[in-house]
Amino acid sequence: MPESASPTTAQSFVAQFGALRDTLPGAGLPWLRELREDGIARFAKLGLPGPKVEAWKYTRLRPLERIGFVPAGAAAQVDLDKLPALLPHTGVGHRVVFVNGRLRQCLALLADQPEGVELGGLADALRHDPDPLAAELGRNGNGARARDGQPLFALNTAMMQDGLVLRVRRGISVALPIEVIYVGAPGPEPVAFHPRNLIVLEPGARATVVEHHIGLGAGAYFANGGTDIRIEEGAQLHHYKIQDEGPEAIHIATTHVELARDALYDGFILSKGARLSRQEVAVQLAGEGSECHLNGAYMLRGEQHCDITTTIDHLAPRTSSREVFKGVIDDQARAVFQGRITVHRDAQQSNGHQLSKALLLSDRAEIDAKPELEIFADDVKCSHGATVGDLDRDALFYLRARGIPEAAARDILIEAFLAETINNIAAEGLCPALMSSIGHWLGGTTGRTEP
Amino acid sequence: MDSLLEIKNLHARVDGKPILKGLDLVIPTGEVHAIMGPNGSGKSTLAYVLTGRDGYEVTEGEVLYKGRDLLTLTPEQRAGEGMFLAFQYPVEIPGVPNTTFLKEALNAQRKYRGEDPLDAMEFVKLMRRKTKELGISDDLIKRQVNVGFSGGEKKRNEVLQMAILEPTLAVLDETDSGLDIDALKIVAEGVNALRAPDRSALIITHYQRLLEYIVPDRVHVLAHGRIARSGGKELAIELERTGYAAFAEAAA
Repeated sequence: MPESASPTTAQSFVAQFGALRDTLPGAGLPWLRELREDGIARFAKLGLPGPKVEAWKYTRLRPLERIGFVPAGAAAQVDLDKLPALLPHTGVGHRVVFVNGRLRQCLALLADQPEGVELGGLADALRHDPDPLAAELGRNGNGARARDGQPLFALNTAMMQDGLVLRVRRGISVALPIEVIYVGAPGPEPVAFHPRNLIVLEPGARATVVEHHIGLGAGAYFANGGTDIRIEEGAQLHHYKIQDEGPEAIHIATTHVELARDALYDGFILSKGARLSRQEVAVQLAGEGSECHLNGAYMLRGEQHCDITTTIDHLAPRTSSREVFKGVIDDQARAVFQGRITVHRDAQQSNGHQLSKALLLSDRAEIDAKPELEIFADDVKCSHGATVGDLDRDALFYLRARGIPEAAARDILIEAFLAETINNIAAEGLCPALMSSIGHWLGGTTGRTEP
Repeated sequence: MDSLLEIKNLHARVDGKPILKGLDLVIPTGEVHAIMGPNGSGKSTLAYVLTGRDGYEVTEGEVLYKGRDLLTLTPEQRAGEGMFLAFQYPVEIPGVPNTTFLKEALNAQRKYRGEDPLDAMEFVKLMRRKTKELGISDDLIKRQVNVGFSGGEKKRNEVLQMAILEPTLAVLDETDSGLDIDALKIVAEGVNALRAPDRSALIITHYQRLLEYIVPDRVHVLAHGRIARSGGKELAIELERTGYAAFAEAAA
């Protein structure tokens, strides 16, 4: 195909949309058609984000622009039984698998599932019951509210084919985690896909969603995900994500979370894969007493680039947010942390705390940290901070003086550093899986010698 | 082999500044020696040179341990060879449980010596026995390494590590400083419990007090980077009476 020969530009995506527009899911739905047209128009106007956009100041899309991507076609050949499982089979209620953004499997692993859990793929939902989706998908206005206009979220809206749709009905508590595995399976040509996820928890509902993003093989692919989350009154969502994409993958994920009164969003992101990744999370604490925990850890080496950009808006009284991101950066890798907390005028008696900590393991590693706090209310408690350092030399010597070899001593200190963020998450049962994910990463650290 | 540690004409500097200036010291196997001296005489530098800390540069002389060159070994190799330093200022390591740390340390040393690692059960048993012997509370081992410990708790933790690792040569760097009498007794019991014909210890201290509980075979006075005087246990008592002023003048 001609696309693969030439580099990616905004125009190449617009052309792809032009070719696909009549075959995309829900093409016969006027509201969706309008939403998609609006998305592609926005994207065409904004273009691929570049250095002139403040929110993209530290992240360049060069790895994307260098390669030509074609839209992912019918699902690649993948043996679903051989996918690495993050969670033990017995600890999972549902397992959903997407390959190159398309639903391949949606299984209830236990016979006794509560009523009132609607779980499936977006393409199916658009085919069979599209009406409830209209309000949800258009809710975040193609990112128009966001500070950078979110061109890639607009592109996602235009191009979305499939994704996770989860609705938990009023008062229903889903005890076991719902595991969602997103597989990137690059073919002979680099492929692009734009999964769109939708999670709605009705009043008083509870659920835990664990996303596991993995790549098969070493080829390039572009996963441009979008997620809309709405948590209604008193509902609680635990949302944990492990980004472990293939080494040449480009992973962009834009998430919008809206919380009603006394709702809780407990989010965690572990980012360790992909050549280039960006997690953009925008949280609206819209209901009084709503609460957000947003934690994460990242581990980078080689020439990896990881961007964490978060925006938390306190819009109502007595809202609270707690955010801790910690990262370890080796070799020439680079991390970006941009965190903004805004406490709006009506959000009295709110509190917001944010912390970014990074360990640089090499002289050429880099982090750009930009914590921001904007307060327009007068009765609030807020704090933010950012630290950068290398491993504590005194601690390293202390461990070595007790007989622990240097490489192992470094691993112990790195693991302890990152563990703090994992210990912050509410679903303790998932901590071992996350810790072992850190352990695997440490096993492959470069520049070290085993005695 | 008579001497476990043999230091010959040791010169060392820190940040380019000479601290040790021709130190000679022999510790025979099975003996406990004390090094006393005024502040700034090089006591802690000696402890760090022996354990291989970065930034402590040996410019002249040699150190033989078990008859072999000690200075070419890494800190972890020295530990594996049975050397232990009780730190003057034990380091806090947030996020690492004390038990995990101790198990890693013990098994790393066992691996170095070609011994099988202890499994979780065996280790717990060993830990229980040692904490009981030393009268150290279980609480201490469940917490993160030295995090939020009082000065006394940190020193107790050093002694517990020493008891578990059973070193051939224990170096105690002012372990007695800032301790009340109960904590001091725990430290002394820890050292005395390890006294054996095949083990030695080097007690670095500013005061004679600890030596009432750990009676040394020999006492050395370190002043201006050299051993200025050596004697029996009575030397410590004499120093307590006269102070270090005589050595300050003698070397000036």
